[in-house]
Amino acid sequence: MSLPGASAMTSPGSLAAPGAAPDRGVDPVLEIRGLCVDYGFGDDAAHAVADCDLTLGRGRVLGLAGESGSGKSTLAMAAIRLLRSPGVITGGEVLFHPRPASDGEPATTLDLLAAGEQELRAIRWSEIAIVLQSALNALNPVSTIGAQFDELLATHRPGLGRASRRDRAGDLLELVGMTPDRLRSYPHEMSGGMRQRAMIAMALALDPQVMILDEPTTALDVVTQREILEELMGLRDRLGFAALFITHDLSLLVEFADDIAVMYAGRLMERAPAASLFRSPRLPYTYGLLHCFPPMHGERHRMDGIPGSPPDLRDLPPGCAFHPRCQWAIPRCRQDVPKLEPLTGSHREVACWLHRDNATAPPELMRPDPAVAQPRTAAVSDTSAERAV
Amino acid sequence: MALNTTILSEPNPPAGAAAGTPRALRLPRSPKVIAGLVILVVFAVVAVIGAWIAPYSPNLTNESWVQHVLVAGTGPGTHIKADYYPLPLPPSGAHWLGTTVFAQDVWSQLLVSTQATVAVGLLAAAISTALSIIVGVTAGYLGGGADEGLSLVGNVFLAIPGLPLLIVLADYVPAAGTSIFLVSLIIAITAWAYSSRVLRAQTLSLRNRDFVEAARVSGEGRVRIIIVEILPNLIPIVAASFLFTTLYAIGAYVAISFLGLAGSPTSSPPGLWNWGYMLRETFANDAVRGGWWWWWAPPGLCIALLGTGLALLNFGIDEFVNPRLRVAGLSRKAARRLGISRRPKLGLTPVVRRNVINVTSAESRTP
Amino acid sequence: MTTLAVVPKGAIETPVLEGRDLTKSFRVKRGSGLLARRSRLHAVDQVSVQLMAGAVSAVVGESGSGKTTVARLLARIVKPDTGEVLLDGHVVAGARSRRFAAQVQMVFQDPFSSLNPVHRVRHHLARPLQIHHTADGDVDEAVMQLLHRVALDPPARFADKFPHELSGGQRQRVAIARALAVRPRVLLADEPVSMLDVSIRLGVLNLLADLRDRERLAILYVTHDIASARYMADTIVVMYAGQLVEAAPSVGLTDSPAHPYTQLLLSAAPDPERLERPALAARGAPPSLLAPPPGCRFHPRCPHVMEICKRMAPPTVTVAPDHTAACWLHVDSGERVLDGAGMGPATSPSPQREAEVQRPP
Repeated sequence: MSLPGASAMTSPGSLAAPGAAPDRGVDPVLEIRGLCVDYGFGDDAAHAVADCDLTLGRGRVLGLAGESGSGKSTLAMAAIRLLRSPGVITGGEVLFHPRPASDGEPATTLDLLAAGEQELRAIRWSEIAIVLQSALNALNPVSTIGAQFDELLATHRPGLGRASRRDRAGDLLELVGMTPDRLRSYPHEMSGGMRQRAMIAMALALDPQVMILDEPTTALDVVTQREILEELMGLRDRLGFAALFITHDLSLLVEFADDIAVMYAGRLMERAPAASLFRSPRLPYTYGLLHCFPPMHGERHRMDGIPGSPPDLRDLPPGCAFHPRCQWAIPRCRQDVPKLEPLTGSHREVACWLHRDNATAPPELMRPDPAVAQPRTAAVSDTSAERAV
Repeated sequence: MALNTTILSEPNPPAGAAAGTPRALRLPRSPKVIAGLVILVVFAVVAVIGAWIAPYSPNLTNESWVQHVLVAGTGPGTHIKADYYPLPLPPSGAHWLGTTVFAQDVWSQLLVSTQATVAVGLLAAAISTALSIIVGVTAGYLGGGADEGLSLVGNVFLAIPGLPLLIVLADYVPAAGTSIFLVSLIIAITAWAYSSRVLRAQTLSLRNRDFVEAARVSGEGRVRIIIVEILPNLIPIVAASFLFTTLYAIGAYVAISFLGLAGSPTSSPPGLWNWGYMLRETFANDAVRGGWWWWWAPPGLCIALLGTGLALLNFGIDEFVNPRLRVAGLSRKAARRLGISRRPKLGLTPVVRRNVINVTSAESRTP
Repeated sequence: MTTLAVVPKGAIETPVLEGRDLTKSFRVKRGSGLLARRSRLHAVDQVSVQLMAGAVSAVVGESGSGKTTVARLLARIVKPDTGEVLLDGHVVAGARSRRFAAQVQMVFQDPFSSLNPVHRVRHHLARPLQIHHTADGDVDEAVMQLLHRVALDPPARFADKFPHELSGGQRQRVAIARALAVRPRVLLADEPVSMLDVSIRLGVLNLLADLRDRERLAILYVTHDIASARYMADTIVVMYAGQLVEAAPSVGLTDSPAHPYTQLLLSAAPDPERLERPALAARGAPPSLLAPPPGCRFHPRCPHVMEICKRMAPPTVTVAPDHTAACWLHVDSGERVLDGAGMGPATSPSPQREAEVQRPP
């Protein structure tokens, strides 16, 4: 495998061998099926998330990429019912599969959308933890980090004594590369990176099975960003949690996620293993997005990004929402909304008419998939040739 | 559905959401706002035409408009000359709101009084708002020494209790009661400091916004930046503080009139008829104990009603400034039917299956 | 002294706008009330930059590195403590004048806050035209011209829109058009694309590049994204903790970075093309600017730190033509001892120039 995300990072517990179908056959921990989310009601409603299916495998890192307003955060927040007014879930189910109990008894699956407040409270944080972009807003400004850990552990682990709670908090901070003396600090006394680390430590406090990372490093500098992400991925290997990693920065996901799902205008448009998505995008939008990041090496040449701008969710174009910006759009794209469906002979899914029926996809969207028994060198040279154009 | 004009409060509203009008000029059309507007319009109309449509002069007395009751122990059968005391007449076709003990028409008094009361409220609010804009926005924009000086003045006025100062001022200017402008000015002096502080704080935050900086970079002058770039952004706050000050000014005018500090219409120079003075007369003549509700209740109700109208409109502005106070595009009734609380609980996104929604929106579309 | 300057190859012309030895510190209050302690935040220290006509110079740095302050110093929104700003080689003195405003314009980071929400696009463009009388009579016609220049077509459709009716990219184009209205020769762009969606960033960057090529604007591009600086800029200067640490033509700087901090920055930037995940050359965070470390400000994080780095600020060394770096690694060990005024020889890595410095693949 050419990318570390796909090989070195796969935790031992995961059943998925690189190249295997990433969700079918993988032990799922969180399954989102047909999720629909609206902002507002009735005729005025904006369909922020439309009919999304997404499966997070146990111990996997699933990247969710998309531009602002594409619905990526809405999808995640709605899945755990933390979306704020005027967001309303209008359909679908979100299944959480707890890890099997130690005595082999299969644990019961819970539909988060049907769950009551009590059930949700029991699951949130202890099973599904969230790290948001702004740790400053998530942390309580008037109490120390230590006090916040203490409260968290006292609520969820009532059996723990005061001293052991403090020890556990110290251990957690060390886990994310901080010193335990930071427990005495207030959030405003720490840098942005430190605060985000503290947030991650708190998210890990109850040993969750799922971490939802919503733009966790967007507000940070590149160096800190890489440090924190590397630590997170290291922790994932050790602790075996699954992560839903939401970001607008596709290039970051290529490096850090196992699988990537791309969202556009409220719909999932492509889903594939990270390396496949990067080396051989099948969706014109993904292709365009990958060409929005100027390369760090080689000749400089003009790149054009994607023409136009993302659509208004309340005034979506008919058919495929991307067709006005798509250079390869065919008549059918203007009429019918494409569904996310598996590509024949491969383990990936794409919602694009260019890959359906008799349509012929342009060569740019037909590059050999590195995960499908292609020698890596071929894929690389192909890409660099393309880039030099 | 009357409520569908409300804007979504999505964090990043998609471009082109509502075309045409600038954000600052759109007011949510909720029942509250409509009710408030109706009340205000009615009072405004009465204020303008009240003096014309009043059947009588408020000062006119007519012996026949009271019932003369013989004082016990006087008149025939006693050696004391007959003495009568007046009893006001209850509402009738001739006197819609009855009469006072002074044999005057209450309906006419109420109509005429509306003018001065509403006028003082609006004028005082206008003067006070102008003062608070001049002081608050200037202080906020200039910063430094100018800010400290102006803020100090504002804080002094904020610290002095308003009503006592008002009483002292009104007492000091005996002619105050004769002129709408003088009364308004006195009330405005005690009212501007609070809004000025709010406006200063808001200006401070606007001052560092990039568009102000950009105007400065393009060589725009100071006064123009304040008037053209900053002030329009303060409109919601100015409007809210204007309404609030109107409410306060009406209350203050009623209070000083009630205390007799704004002159009497019958003295010289004559004061102005207003609801506060009407209340003063009812109080002085034991109207409540006498059971003459048609005399004391109308001015009291008018004050309450006008206050409610202003407050309702203020709520509307509040909702507009803070869109989280409403569930977008959903009436209270529809929300209850869907089982959603109007103030949604944090951390529990409602699940409403689409088929339910369709039914409701179809229902609400039918007239 | 870290006085770096980048002059494009073969240029003898005077820079359109130049900042010389700009230093700025801000007074900050820590705590509140009577217990407040006042201290100085050294935002920018002895920074010199030159902007040439028809060239883009990028200032790259992390947040808090002082890069935005440099742009604001050059725009004369902020007055420097010491140092001067030169326009066409002449020192600009006194308050910010309309004459200066007519030459030097700024594009702000956040297109959502840099346009006044209550005014239409037309107002934003017409005002500078009126102030500086650059409309040649017909203001309306000039507004349309400006919109056309920033590729908002058809212009008539955009002139009467309010900012909230535009997308982020369109707003930033309006902001650029407003800056162009006064016909400036210098454009100071402070992170002009960092708030925009990924898919429309290149469009705005290409617009700036076209303005440079077609209208020979001198452009300062302030950014934290070194890849976009490499894409668009002719020269790059790298700032760390308020100081310039390296300056070079952009491809030279990214292909063979000489300063350890630049190397760190490059290794941390996302780059899916690389086959192995890089080892981060250093960890930690930039120092507090309230009390910057003595010597080289990067020394607490530097993987190649030597004794001298902790005591003396490094000199500026020319490591290649037009390529300068402020780092002791590039000073011969003999000179280091001399410069170090009797200091013992360095204990840490052997001072093999360049050879020892790691390069990202």
